[in-house]
Amino acid sequence: MRLTLQIWRQPGPDEAGAMRTYDVDDISPDMSFLEMLDVLNERLIVDGDEPVAFDHDCREGICGACGMVIDGTPHGPLRTTTCQLHMREFSDGDTIVIEPWRSKAFGVVKDLVVDRGAFDRIIGSGGYITAPTGAAPDAHATPVSKESAETAFDNAECIGCGACVAACPNGSAMLFTSAKVNHLNVLPQGAPEREKRVLNMVSTMDDEGFGGCTLTGECATVCPKGISLDSIAGLNREFMRALRKRP
Amino acid sequence: MALEIRAGRPSALSTLWRSTIGKKVAMATTGVIMIGFVVFHMAGNLKVFTGAAHFNAYSHWLRTIGEPALPHEGFLWIMRVVLVASVVVHIVAAERLTHRALHQRPRKHSKKSLLGRNYVAFTMRSGGVILALFVVWHILDLTALVVNARGQSGHPYQNLVAGFSLWYPNVIYLVAMLALGFHLWHGIWSAATTLGVRSRRHRAVKLLAAALSIVVTVGFAAVPVAVMTGMVS
Amino acid sequence: MTSYIDYTIGAPIADDKAPDGPVSERWNRRRFEAKLVNPANRRKKTIIVVGTGLAGGSAGATLAEQGYRVVQFCYQDSPRRAHSIAAQGGINAAKNYRNDGDSVYRLFYDTVKGGDFRSRESNVHRLAEVSVEIIDQCVAQGVPFAREYGGLLDTRSFGGVQVSRTFYARGQTGQQLLLGAYQALSRQIAAGNVEMHPRTEMLDLLVIDGRARGIVARDLITGEITVHIGDAVVLASGGYGNVFHLSTNAKNSNATAVWRAHRRGAYFGNPCFTQIHPTCIPRSGDHQSKLTLMSESLRNDGRIWVPKAKGDSRGPNEIPEDERDYYLERIYPAFGNLVPRDIASRAAKNVCDDGRGVGPGGQGVYLDFADAIKRMGRDAVSEKYGNLFEMYQRITAEDPYEVPMRIYPAIHYTMGGLWVDYDLQTTIPGLFAIGEANFSDHGANRLGASALMQGLGDGYFVLPSTINDYLARNPHTDVDEAHPEITAAVDGVTARLKRLVDNDGDRTPDSFHRELGELLWEYCGMSRNEAGLRKALARIPRLREEFWRRVKVPGTGAEFNQSLEKANRVCDYLELAELMCLDALHRAESCGGHFREESQTAEGEAARVDDAFGYVAAWEYTNGAPVLHKEELVFDYVHPTQRSYA
Ligand SMILES: Cc1cc2nc3c(=O)[nH]c(=O)nc-3n(C[C@H](O)[C@H](O)[C@H](O)COP(=O)(O)OP(=O)(O)OC[C@H]3O[C@@H](n4cnc5c(N)ncnc54)[C@H](O)[C@@H]3O)c2cc1C
Ligand code: HEM
Ligand code: HEM
Ligand code: SF4
Ligand code: F3S
Ligand code: FES
Repeated sequence: MRLTLQIWRQPGPDEAGAMRTYDVDDISPDMSFLEMLDVLNERLIVDGDEPVAFDHDCREGICGACGMVIDGTPHGPLRTTTCQLHMREFSDGDTIVIEPWRSKAFGVVKDLVVDRGAFDRIIGSGGYITAPTGAAPDAHATPVSKESAETAFDNAECIGCGACVAACPNGSAMLFTSAKVNHLNVLPQGAPEREKRVLNMVSTMDDEGFGGCTLTGECATVCPKGISLDSIAGLNREFMRALRKRP
Repeated sequence: MALEIRAGRPSALSTLWRSTIGKKVAMATTGVIMIGFVVFHMAGNLKVFTGAAHFNAYSHWLRTIGEPALPHEGFLWIMRVVLVASVVVHIVAAERLTHRALHQRPRKHSKKSLLGRNYVAFTMRSGGVILALFVVWHILDLTALVVNARGQSGHPYQNLVAGFSLWYPNVIYLVAMLALGFHLWHGIWSAATTLGVRSRRHRAVKLLAAALSIVVTVGFAAVPVAVMTGMVS
Repeated sequence: MTSYIDYTIGAPIADDKAPDGPVSERWNRRRFEAKLVNPANRRKKTIIVVGTGLAGGSAGATLAEQGYRVVQFCYQDSPRRAHSIAAQGGINAAKNYRNDGDSVYRLFYDTVKGGDFRSRESNVHRLAEVSVEIIDQCVAQGVPFAREYGGLLDTRSFGGVQVSRTFYARGQTGQQLLLGAYQALSRQIAAGNVEMHPRTEMLDLLVIDGRARGIVARDLITGEITVHIGDAVVLASGGYGNVFHLSTNAKNSNATAVWRAHRRGAYFGNPCFTQIHPTCIPRSGDHQSKLTLMSESLRNDGRIWVPKAKGDSRGPNEIPEDERDYYLERIYPAFGNLVPRDIASRAAKNVCDDGRGVGPGGQGVYLDFADAIKRMGRDAVSEKYGNLFEMYQRITAEDPYEVPMRIYPAIHYTMGGLWVDYDLQTTIPGLFAIGEANFSDHGANRLGASALMQGLGDGYFVLPSTINDYLARNPHTDVDEAHPEITAAVDGVTARLKRLVDNDGDRTPDSFHRELGELLWEYCGMSRNEAGLRKALARIPRLREEFWRRVKVPGTGAEFNQSLEKANRVCDYLELAELMCLDALHRAESCGGHFREESQTAEGEAARVDDAFGYVAAWEYTNGAPVLHKEELVFDYVHPTQRSYA
């Protein structure tokens, strides 16, 4: 099929960007969205033009590297990652608008590539359990109820892609932050640092300049891993609980 | 090296207020207080249908609650203080959050798709502003009696009927009631989530929110409609 | 430059670090004999870690906890995205949860046998020992392993072993283990003990006065070439499966770090030992950019078949039962569809070469669940494989409940890698290699769920003990930033990048990668023979020459430039590929993942030749033909037997 692409091109972090239009021909419906961009880039290189920069690595929907706003929806029309989106979701003659995640907390590096370092700093401020290597020789013996294990897992599935921030009208990172807080706070291993974890992660989240959550719910509708608003309710709960306990 | 709390972390209250979650909690709490008031207020208003005497008596009773323990209008003043405080906190928090959100995205996505959009949630800010303006007008109208057609203190029923006999107060009130309805519809569920109500109860909360917002809107709107249709005169 | 075929044989090489004595005592003894670094002095020692996968992430976090100053690198925008994240199946540990007769010794035994007797007994035994500690470490970090209703850990059996020793976290074990290591690492980064450099790629190794003292790296955002000095360098840069262009590896996994180290003097062990995974989704066309793995567990209930007739163009459901060839069940009645990875893969290739392959280009075989659905019911099947079926349908738009899946083997893992001794130190003092980057404990074939075990074992437990010994014996000396070795290396890197961007060619880097990959897959893939390998060895240098003549890289080196990154990696593939083919050519036996058509049994099975090839091939780089150093392998415990699945 034949498609018209409108892609955000921006040479560098501090340079101005603009939408540019490209035509791509004989695109197969079996191609993944990124393979379609590969085809475009191969042509651009040969034509002596700059290929479109975009992040990707696993191309299996698990590393969280890929991500672009496709026709206004982060990761596009399917509820999956951009790399798992296939061209059969589009039809011949379509015009597709492709943009980077837009958020003050995620600066554009180039074209569709953004800097999601803020997520790493949120994790670094408390998204872990302090367990020096070898310090817990019998950890496997601690039972964890299947229910907690499942809840922990549902939240642990977050791949840190940032689609939630891109989707949120307030540019809030609540869904991402809540996923990690819930993952660790429901586990017995996470209990000792429970209060400090949530307080520090939330204050880092705010310091990084993300917006507040007004429960618009868009994040959960685009999250490729199905993190739900329950996690946000859980984070709110943990936050107030921590304030009551005042560690 | 275990997790360290940020150096010099201030009191729980200021941490709460400084955080985005805390501002939401403040909005939710003040919101709930205001909900309590509107429900009570709406119920009171329905006394209009029982006639002038009853209604004015009710208004009088409002001013004499708790006497002699409380001075005349004591309860009313307590309520007013609480309400004013709530409205102020609510609005300030809303402004802060809105400000933050507007500055979070220097450039919008050039196209926004409709995937799973929750439209009601998007009326919160505009609806809030309408409500703010309404409350001001409303107090000038029926409490301060400044803009009221009759404006005779101590005769709220007559003031009210007089007011709603003109066309524009009706428009103002009905629009405001609609705004209120939307505001509560999302607001009640949102507040519940903000205050950490567990997800298994979310369906129940959503139902309650819908029901309550309809009851409140209809209940309030009934009065001007009744006056217009001459049911109340 | 003389042809690789004229390689010479150098002095034998031996692992002088492993203590002798009973295999079960060796790790304890080594840990006791290893010198320690006084905790007070650790802060003064800088360790450079390249990579943040399971191996690098766990090592960086642990070394920082021990008090060393760690400077760490990854090419992704975040350490959390390392290729390890994609691992699905699980991780082995000899905890004997099922009381099914598992033990450290059995895991050791299975791994040596599974590796087709081309790995070191002492290393493998140590791996089995630490496997037990890994699980505890991960649980303590909050890794949400699958649990029983009683709240204890669940296990399953994996990769054709008889015991149930594989711990797992849904279909995302690698993700959860990596996030555990990443979180531990993040804690050290926030505490200032690890200086993390994401989006920074190592382009050369600095060897000063005979010791590895640092790296030359490129900041992928600004293009700046930076120098990083330390007391030791650890490579945890993963495998080189992407040399084949199409593989299950992450798109940007590459061989640059290990190949640059090899060129600086680190020997390369068994480069031809690559693993092919039988159950991957076949390519759908020339646009294919990578291949997706479908968990091996599918073979537990799916039946593999192809039409009996060549070029049968009917849809699978039109082909009647008696015109189908369930070839695995036919050839290997005992194991049927559950034969080991390499055998299943080769059998698939054979039927496809025979013209009976299905799907686009005839490069696929059916994996049919019709019987399973009849037997267990659709719900039971979706209960077990639902998520895999969805993934398959998302990619192929075919419904596996209705039409059989199509699968084909793909490159999945590289057993070969930098040669290391028992301490995981390469032949360059101060340069260590861990995880898939080293030539590893898997011999000629890796068992399922053992790579995660090795990566974490190396990173959490082995390296942090053994590196102390090196650091204690080599007191810190300052390196002058203006050292001639450094300027030379920086100039070398800069010149190479400049040459790439300045070259006014007409072919994209990716087109060369694709061509090289097809060449390797054809001649150095699932089955190899002398004629083919010689052909490849003749063509690779020509392709390399064409690359430097015709490659076209847009943009400059002083900016974020993904084409330049790619081109730079392809250069190294073009050299590594030649060594792989040479290794495959010289090893005129079949073993594990390496199948030489000349060396098979009457039934067409792999025939190992222990007396001639019972060694590790450690290749030394020279500007001309490489030099082969042999490490003889001795088996005191597990005695070599010929595998037979017939
Ligand atoms: C699809 C798939 C499924 C798998 N499933 C399983 C399984 O179920 N069980 C199992 O045991 N094994 C499995 N494996 C194998 C296993 O995942 C890998 O062998 C293992 O994760 C390798 O880990 P690593 O830490 O050695 O390297 P990687 O995880 O590959 O990490 C490499 C790191 O090095 C960095 N790096 C590389 N080069 C450079 C450079 N030049 N400069 C800077 N940084 C660099 C990268 O950024 C990355 O951080 C699977 C593999 C694949 C592909
Ligand atoms: C059609 C709907 C409404 C009617 C008919 C109505 C009627 C009245 C009347 C008659 C009074 C004066 C009571 C008295 O002084 O005795 C009053 C006061 C007031 N009303 Fe309403 N009201 C309506 C809706 C609302 C709504 C939606 C709000 C808030 C969101 C509201 C907030 C108030 C407040 C704050 C006062 C002042 C109370 C005080 O301080 O005395 N009203 N209203
Ligand atoms: C007086 C003017 C008002 C303004 C300007 C206003 C504004 C807002 C805004 C902007 C929000 C969305 C907050 C967010 O960003 O999440 C909000 C939420 C809310 N409002 Fe109001 N509002 C007003 C009056 C009221 C009244 C009268 C009530 C109740 C009767 C009310 C109840 C709520 C509730 C319950 C919420 C949800 C709080 C949460 O999500 O936690 N508001 N308001
Ligand atoms: S919560 Fe969902 S959308 Fe947000 S980063 Fe995690 S996976 Fe992506
Ligand atoms: S979309 Fe935004 S407002 Fe909250 S619920 Fe999601 S973060
Ligand atoms: S590339 Fe890894 S999730 Fe898309």
